[in-house]
Amino acid sequence: MLLLRLTRRPFFWIIAVAVAVFALAPVYGNNVSLRESLLLAALYITLASNLNLMLGYAGYINFGSIVFFGLGGYICVWLVNSYNWTLGPSLLVAAICVSALSLFFGLGILRLRGAFFALSTIGIVEAVQAFAENFTPWGGSAGIYLSSDIFTPLGGPARALWVIYFVMVAVMGASLYLSYAIRSSKFGLGLLAIGQNEDAAAILGVPTPIYKALVYSASAFLPAIAGGLYFFKSAFIQPSDAFDLTLSTESLVVAMLGGQGTVTGVAIGAYLYEELRGYLLTSSTFANFQLVISGALLLLIVLFFPGGLMGWVYSRFPRIKKVLE
Amino acid sequence: MLGILASIIDGVLVGLVYGLAAMGLTLIWGVMDVINLTHGTMIVAGMFGLFLLTAALGLSPYVMLPPVLIGGFFAGMLLYWVAVHRMVGRPPLMSLLSTFSVNLMLIGIGTAVWGTALFNVEVSLPGVSMGRYTFPGAHILAAVLAAVIAGLMYLFLQHTRMGKAVRAVANNREAAELVGIPTTRVLAITVGCGVALACVSGMLIGTLFPFTILSGDGYQLKSFVVTALGGFGNPVGALFAGVALGVLEGAVTPFVPVSWTLVIEFVLFVLVLIAFPGGIFTSRRGAL
Repeated sequence: MLLLRLTRRPFFWIIAVAVAVFALAPVYGNNVSLRESLLLAALYITLASNLNLMLGYAGYINFGSIVFFGLGGYICVWLVNSYNWTLGPSLLVAAICVSALSLFFGLGILRLRGAFFALSTIGIVEAVQAFAENFTPWGGSAGIYLSSDIFTPLGGPARALWVIYFVMVAVMGASLYLSYAIRSSKFGLGLLAIGQNEDAAAILGVPTPIYKALVYSASAFLPAIAGGLYFFKSAFIQPSDAFDLTLSTESLVVAMLGGQGTVTGVAIGAYLYEELRGYLLTSSTFANFQLVISGALLLLIVLFFPGGLMGWVYSRFPRIKKVLE
Repeated sequence: MLGILASIIDGVLVGLVYGLAAMGLTLIWGVMDVINLTHGTMIVAGMFGLFLLTAALGLSPYVMLPPVLIGGFFAGMLLYWVAVHRMVGRPPLMSLLSTFSVNLMLIGIGTAVWGTALFNVEVSLPGVSMGRYTFPGAHILAAVLAAVIAGLMYLFLQHTRMGKAVRAVANNREAAELVGIPTTRVLAITVGCGVALACVSGMLIGTLFPFTILSGDGYQLKSFVVTALGGFGNPVGALFAGVALGVLEGAVTPFVPVSWTLVIEFVLFVLVLIAFPGGIFTSRRGAL
């Protein structure tokens, strides 16, 4: 019902057009380097949009969003490697496992509120990383290497990369629609109320602990698929890559840059950040200072533009709020 | 049996240093409701300060205590003006993000300059033996120094004019302002003190264990656990809770692989927060 209602709004079709452009742009002229850059942009959009469900809607900072990505990657790669599963089912199972786990943990740690929750998400990263380093079926700190045969069912490495790209864009589209659907639903209103004032929300009858655990779990599903795809593509996973602090941080920067709590802003922020990062990585002076630059960017946004890009756009052109959410 | 006793005693010694580190975190937390996520990196800054100064000057590591303390104080003042000043009184989540971003910059610079190699500071002090076990002299001296510095900090807060101003601001910032306390300066000094404590404890930890530029995360998590145990914004509780954590670590170490210690401590953190939101070592009347 909700989906049907959403199709009547222009924003639904704006997302559809954006996703289609994303999917088709590299196909035109078989542009492989554009595909790789857009793949990364799609990954950023996926991670940031899902982080935004917690950060922008419910007002909860999750410093450990990378856990979903890394754990999804691990489960997927493990299923492919040890049980010879194909990509599709392993992605799905990985995502379901990660979502279920986060629902379980979410019910526990989300009893902590505000800053305490943020602190415990730091601990979750440590805990999951320690688990991955000590769990022998996952190869400990050496990680898992996939053989090149895994690409055969997808029609060889060259075609497999295209398949992976299209799935990643689909995941990105799903993330955008998930953000949009949650924002327009009663559930989303409850989350926004929690973000404004949790006590008041609880008094007005929002079941805060369940809502928080649900959104925590919902924000885990698509990043887990993205992680599975990403590590399937690189055919290699190890704890320090899977639970890399940088990516977790970048999602935060992206969400704040575009404007927390908005759907468009986060997507645009992710795209801009990816372009900026591509530029910085190719210039040799800045390659080592990626963390410094994301840190400085985040600090400037937090200090001077807490509304992010969309916050600024909304204040200049209030009408646009009705079209771009 | 004697082995466990020995590792518990060693836990007390190391725990005093953890307590000192957490004191720095909890001081800032209690006074202005800001969680300093650069804490771990400031601990590492103390370690590297120690390493660089001893390597450059060739003096005993313990001579470096005053310069590290003063350096930490000014680093804290700088941190206040850059990242905290505009955040005081805003939702705590914003100050989490701002200190987090400063932390990223520091870590980024650190890894670009030093990489993630392991560093070590040689300390040669005679140990104290008990049966088959010898407690390293460095552990004993670090514990004594930590206790002394913590004691001085306590005296500063309780008996000096500035310390009383800090406590007044912690109690009620507006009221403190009304009776003529320069709150901004007090807040800056508080962050300076908190960071100085983190740096000094980092320096002391540097004399005990080898370290990398990324060691800060683990020690920061320990400080959070200690803070939660000791009660938020309660420096004295932090010292006791630090000892408790050290003892726990000492008792657990013989039975559990090292990489799990942090996980156990983290689980403890969550359990304490859920079961005793006010901390275990909190006194009935106000903390500071």
